[in-house]
Amino acid sequence: SSTDGPKSAHFDICSKNLKYKFSENAFNTNILKRHSGQYYTLPPTHIQKLFPYGLPPRFQLQIKTFNEGCVMVRPPALELISYLKRADYSKPPLRYVLYGDIGTGKTMSLCHALHYCYSQGWLIVHVPDAHLWVKNCKELLPSSSRPSRFDQPIQASQWLKNFKITNERFLSKVQLERYVWTKRESTEKGQPLGELIDQGVNRMKSSSDVVGAVLRELRLQAGGATEGEGAFKLAVAVDGVNALWGKTSLKKEDRTMCEPEELTLIHNLRKMMKNNWSGGAILTALSQTGSVFKPRSAYLPSELLGEEGFDNMEPFVPVSVSNYNEKEFESCYLYYLDRNWLQHPHSRSEEGKKELIFLSNKNPSILERLCAFL
Amino acid sequence: MAASGCRGVRSILWKYGSYGKNLFVSRSKMVPQLPLRQIYVASSLWKKNLAAAGPQKFTQEFIDKQVEEFEVGKRHLANMMGEDPETFTQEDIDRSIAYLFPSGLFEKRARPVMKHPEEIFPKQTAIQWDAEGRPFHFLFYTGKQSYYSLLHDVYEKILAIERHQDKMRNKGLFTSDTKQILLTGSRWLLKEEIEENLVENISVQDYMRLIQLMELLLSMPYCSLEEEFILKFRKQLEVQSSKYEIPALQYDPQGVAFSVADGRRKSAKASITLRDSGSGNITINGRNYLHYFPVLQNREQLMFPLLFVGMMGRFDIEGSVEGSGHSAQAGALRLAISRALLSFVSEGEVEKMRQAGLLTADPRIRERKKPGQEGARKKFTWKKR
Repeated sequence: SSTDGPKSAHFDICSKNLKYKFSENAFNTNILKRHSGQYYTLPPTHIQKLFPYGLPPRFQLQIKTFNEGCVMVRPPALELISYLKRADYSKPPLRYVLYGDIGTGKTMSLCHALHYCYSQGWLIVHVPDAHLWVKNCKELLPSSSRPSRFDQPIQASQWLKNFKITNERFLSKVQLERYVWTKRESTEKGQPLGELIDQGVNRMKSSSDVVGAVLRELRLQAGGATEGEGAFKLAVAVDGVNALWGKTSLKKEDRTMCEPEELTLIHNLRKMMKNNWSGGAILTALSQTGSVFKPRSAYLPSELLGEEGFDNMEPFVPVSVSNYNEKEFESCYLYYLDRNWLQHPHSRSEEGKKELIFLSNKNPSILERLCAFL
Repeated sequence: MAASGCRGVRSILWKYGSYGKNLFVSRSKMVPQLPLRQIYVASSLWKKNLAAAGPQKFTQEFIDKQVEEFEVGKRHLANMMGEDPETFTQEDIDRSIAYLFPSGLFEKRARPVMKHPEEIFPKQTAIQWDAEGRPFHFLFYTGKQSYYSLLHDVYEKILAIERHQDKMRNKGLFTSDTKQILLTGSRWLLKEEIEENLVENISVQDYMRLIQLMELLLSMPYCSLEEEFILKFRKQLEVQSSKYEIPALQYDPQGVAFSVADGRRKSAKASITLRDSGSGNITINGRNYLHYFPVLQNREQLMFPLLFVGMMGRFDIEGSVEGSGHSAQAGALRLAISRALLSFVSEGEVEKMRQAGLLTADPRIRERKKPGQEGARKKFTWKKR
């Protein structure tokens, strides 16, 4: 990391430990604990593959600006990763719910844990924001397979494309069932997963059903064959999981409100959330910012998930995410100084730092927005 | 009547010739002589030109009578209110009148008032000429006799000082570094105030001439001889920062110092407890300030008093605020924080805060909507015909 311009001695000592490169043993527990509060660089190839769409939009802008993606190692992510390491994968999957105030870093922690899963070779099912499936849909088609359901072809095909990019290695998986799409088209038994996905991408009309089929296949196959070639662990990551049990802002043709169950995508995802399969983990994060009809002050699981959601998700492991503490704030501040993001000369002084602490109350997203125009 | 009587007697004497001068003399002794100067003023005098001085509506005896009545009334009032008549001040009078005659009028000057006649009846000049029309003052025909006589006095004093200077030079005791008059913390009387003292109108040029003459007097080395005279024309400026009452510093059972203060802005009322505990937590209406004020500007308003004094991470603030909108609430909180900080801060800092504008309550209030207009300023569409 380059250091130029007048900086305090404290910074000079820290700058050597500010960032470390992602390497093979990066997720070793001891190494992680030692680097707690510091940044580690995501390799660009991983970002392209794993997170074309999964990272928060502001963070994507930051990656473009700084030409590197640096993630801070924080306790919630450490906790998650340690649970993932110690879990027993022959039993039904554990559900982890990241909750916390707005802008504290839930999505980022989720992405960090997901990166761990990816580096261990798991199969990733990542829904970047479930709220996108529940509002602002331009096309809402009645489902081809079931009469009372609604399809969202655009969202479904988009998701299938992203899934393909992330899990390229697993596309030659063998499937079990026979699926009939229309009178003329059907997918036979024993065909690779890749073809199923292509089917969904090409035929927009049946893409939502394809999504459902994919999820079902993965559920059935994840627990099987613990040894041998076909073994894989499934990581289901959903951000904004409270969308599954909240309200939608979509309307049917007769102008009545749509329930979440009536949407194919949501229905299938809910089935995924149940722990009646084995061989993986379910990582979720709550989100108030995209949620429909929820007050801004709600951040606890009980408030955001609602009664129905809470009952469905129970039992789960809650992981709370909070604002930066002193050390983390210091680290973030030094990172911005290092990348010359804080241009204003006053921001380099102690007074400026105190002002930043006050104005952002050490909230990560507010600090980021504040520094954006300094 | 006496004159005609006298003339009548004289005419009788003239008719009967003179029996002797001593008879005449004794006669004149018996008849009382006319005084040479009149004591009373005849009503014919009122018709003369009084425009320059202004008519004397109230005679001196009238005003004296009013003063007597005021004093007696003051004692009665004190007895009525059950207080000591000897130590009954003007403030007590005002308080008692406001209690006895409660008035709902908005204009304060229209409410019942009981003050010393000096303050109620305007100062006016007495008649400045005698019965034969000869003015008393030698500068009467200048038109502004008190002003010019004042200038005359000042110049007299200048000459006196010069003479004193010459005397000291002759004796060989002339020194330039004599006692100088302290002029800091005071200002020259304004034109209006001098007009009030002289009871006549002067123009701006006259006022400037007077001030120039006073400064000339001040520039002389021995001006301290006339210090008393000069200070009559200077007004002391009050020290502004002594006006603020500093909220008392109270102590918790745990020994933590805290102070309570209020603030208002545009119908938003805020009340704050400032604790000296060492962390920088701020809670407003039970919620964190980051949630209560999502807008950056409002948080900056909260930060400003603490930043100015330099005690950023030191205090714990617990506040409650209601009314108006978010910006006004932030302003009210800022004022309350500044006031609470007064008890933790030194005198010099108080003055600095006052000059920074932290302690001034913002007087801006929503302007009234007028009839015939859309809003306070916006008019209806103007149609030419």
